[in-house]
Amino acid sequence: MSARDPLRERPEFDAPLDPAEKLDVEALLTGLEHYRPRRRGWTWRRPVPGQRMYEFEYRETAAPLERSVPLPAAHYFGNIDPQPDCVITTEIASGRPEDDIRRMRMAAWHGADHIMVIRTAGQSHMDSLLEGTPEGVGGITITRKQLRLTRRALDLIEDEVGRPINFHSYVSGVAGPEMAVLFAEEGVNGAHQDPQYNVLYRNINMYRSFVDAAVAKRVMAAAGILQIDGAHNANATAVKAWKVMPELLVQHAVNCAYSEAVGMPADHIALSTVPPDAAPAPCMRMDLPYAIALRDLFGRYKMRAQQNTRYMESEGRDATVSHVMNLMISRLTSADIQSTITPDEGRNVPWHYNNVAAVDTAKQSLVGMDGLREMVKVDRESPELKARVRELKERAVLFLEAMLEDGGYFAGLEKAYFVDSGEYPETNDDGIARDSRGGVGVGTIVPRAEDYLAPVCHHFGYNDLPEGYRGRGAGEAAPCEMVGGCTLCDDAKVPYIDELDTGDNASMRLMQTAEARTRGLIKPEVEWAGDGIVAVTMFLPAAEPVAEAAALELGRAMNLSDCEVIHKRVMHPAEGTLIELKGHLDVAIDPATLTLPEPPDLLDDDDMREFVHARNVRVVAATVGNDEHSVGMREIIDIKHGGLEKWGFSVTYLGTSVPIEKVLDAAVEHAASAVLISTIITHADVHREMMEKLADLAKEKGVRDRLLLIAGGTQVTDEQARGWGMDAGFGRRTKGVAVASFIVREMRARGL
Amino acid sequence: MAREDTFREARKHLAALSDAELEARFWELAQRCVNPLAELAHTHTSPSIERSVLMRMGIDSPTAQTLVAECETRRLLGHGAGHVVYLCMQAWGVSAPDAARRLTCGEGWDLVAARWGTR
Repeated sequence: MSARDPLRERPEFDAPLDPAEKLDVEALLTGLEHYRPRRRGWTWRRPVPGQRMYEFEYRETAAPLERSVPLPAAHYFGNIDPQPDCVITTEIASGRPEDDIRRMRMAAWHGADHIMVIRTAGQSHMDSLLEGTPEGVGGITITRKQLRLTRRALDLIEDEVGRPINFHSYVSGVAGPEMAVLFAEEGVNGAHQDPQYNVLYRNINMYRSFVDAAVAKRVMAAAGILQIDGAHNANATAVKAWKVMPELLVQHAVNCAYSEAVGMPADHIALSTVPPDAAPAPCMRMDLPYAIALRDLFGRYKMRAQQNTRYMESEGRDATVSHVMNLMISRLTSADIQSTITPDEGRNVPWHYNNVAAVDTAKQSLVGMDGLREMVKVDRESPELKARVRELKERAVLFLEAMLEDGGYFAGLEKAYFVDSGEYPETNDDGIARDSRGGVGVGTIVPRAEDYLAPVCHHFGYNDLPEGYRGRGAGEAAPCEMVGGCTLCDDAKVPYIDELDTGDNASMRLMQTAEARTRGLIKPEVEWAGDGIVAVTMFLPAAEPVAEAAALELGRAMNLSDCEVIHKRVMHPAEGTLIELKGHLDVAIDPATLTLPEPPDLLDDDDMREFVHARNVRVVAATVGNDEHSVGMREIIDIKHGGLEKWGFSVTYLGTSVPIEKVLDAAVEHAASAVLISTIITHADVHREMMEKLADLAKEKGVRDRLLLIAGGTQVTDEQARGWGMDAGFGRRTKGVAVASFIVREMRARGL
Repeated sequence: MAREDTFREARKHLAALSDAELEARFWELAQRCVNPLAELAHTHTSPSIERSVLMRMGIDSPTAQTLVAECETRRLLGHGAGHVVYLCMQAWGVSAPDAARRLTCGEGWDLVAARWGTR
């Protein structure tokens, strides 16, 4: 919509979110009848060419977020969180709107700005709209209330992270035109719309599907909703995905050409494209020519790069590697939207943290490959690539020629041209055949009479509007002025219905978890609040069937109910099997009963500098055991990393694999006040041995009282280190300031 | 009927085309595929389309559903469900949601029959 869209000028409806507080779902469900979306239409990220962050320059990033969770290694890089230039999608499918919105907030903090809600099974066959918030299966029941609640939450979330969030669902099935109007009214920004999807995968009558689609697309265009097609489903359904490429080009072309024919602008049409293959096939060499042929032919449209689902199994690692290869194809070619698939989609309805994992995978890969195409270019003259790109286009042209010869698109559907396992013109006669006189909604389309009238705006097709009401301008009023306005022109005309089912709705479900929420009880969850599901990973030294049975028994021993093996992988046929098990743990923790470790008490820089300078505090440091790692210790010591030297400590670093005796000898020799040892954790408890030996030897030499003994390492905890004779232990991500503060505070306390 | 990959023979008439010509041919064929589909949509309507018209007139979904089902039964869809509501709005001088509500309560169908006959 234009900048004059009155929806953009609405005042803020809710108070801003506090990042330290959870979403107040009950408050968001209250007063929904008055909430209206603040804008319509799609929003792209704002690219910032040559953006500088920390010590780096980026070539393909967008404006940063105001609040976010950066990648795990960001603390080495000034905690920057560069955002790739393309929109990143996450698919949300808890089945409950009240849980969906919490998950959306987490995904947005990791960089998702396109939130796609999957629809509940069966809604595409409902020849009408639903109302209220009934629970969905494998997705959400799309209703006005559900959309309004979600958009209201997303308004708050987008303000919290500082970037517009696109909300998306499906304008498909037999209620497409109504869905399109509903989406326009409720501020949904993107939608799948592809009449071919209805016919091929939902067995909706072909005539009904295409007639409906024209009106739906016209309404979407009026609301600036970005359209994504459904061609990727042919890939997900194909017997051999590498054979389906010519057909994919045809399906994309049919939806693009049809959309433009009914009035959708090209820049609001996006192709849903998937690299069809996966390893162990040489998938990138197979999929790159396809990606290029597609972008050659469809350069006027937007590319929504989807990740492969066809060859997803139950292993998160395997799925993630496939997705990273898909992301490389996006970076070597182009992507306006990078969609993500949760790495657990091959085994269950996606879990909260896997939405985040998938978004992180996309962000990490896209940022990691930033600007790569300036150095690594696709060689368009490579004989194999060139020939294959040409061949794919020719095969697609042959497909279209034959289909037209055979009577056109509808005839092609009847003759099973689509989703055949042969690479066209090869066919295996196993495509999906659809009868034009069959399917859901057969016989429901009606010819428009000569006096057919639809007194509303943005309607497609023949419309016997009286003179004077045939569109704005040139002395003509908008069609809807015949009836005093329509909802697309006058937002005040949008009606609202709350719940129709007094039992199956969000408020009733929330009552079941009300106690936990008000008392702040903590219960594990992966899909819904309080579902109690946990996953346990275990290696069992047994062959697969035995390991699986043993894992279920172990789960019961862990007090888990409804145990289920969600992944298994043979390590060796006899030596053992890796098992991932899920189960229900019906335990809730009251945080009031917990003892939390004290946060480190950090001292003031000048105060420490003065103390250290006055006493010329000396420290001896070493990596002990058979350990050659020096990076961790260096970070605690070096001035350039904000280490001890910054406050004037005189540090003697003895190196790696230093024997404990030598460490203590050096401490005596340098009259040190503190000894720092760094150690890795080993199965043989070397870390414990080293700490105990240091403490014992210090006592033996009679220096224990005047030396602070400090151990550090990625797995070291303060509690353990103290138990083994140290004065303190420091783990992963410790900064020099924490160690310095400890030394100064302890020396003061002990009068050293 | 299953068919071997005949690509090598089938492509002969395309071999001489430049890449640009091949791409233009692809789009010309796609356009020919969709023209009759757009024409079908131009001249037809459906229950969902008519409900979407009523929604745009400010009518809620249960009312729209009942009203369009009634129009289907009376074989009036081809004139437009919005047209039926419009007729009653004019006759009664009320808003579209009010006219629709009264129609779903059984009022006004005599007006409709007078205009389009009873079926």
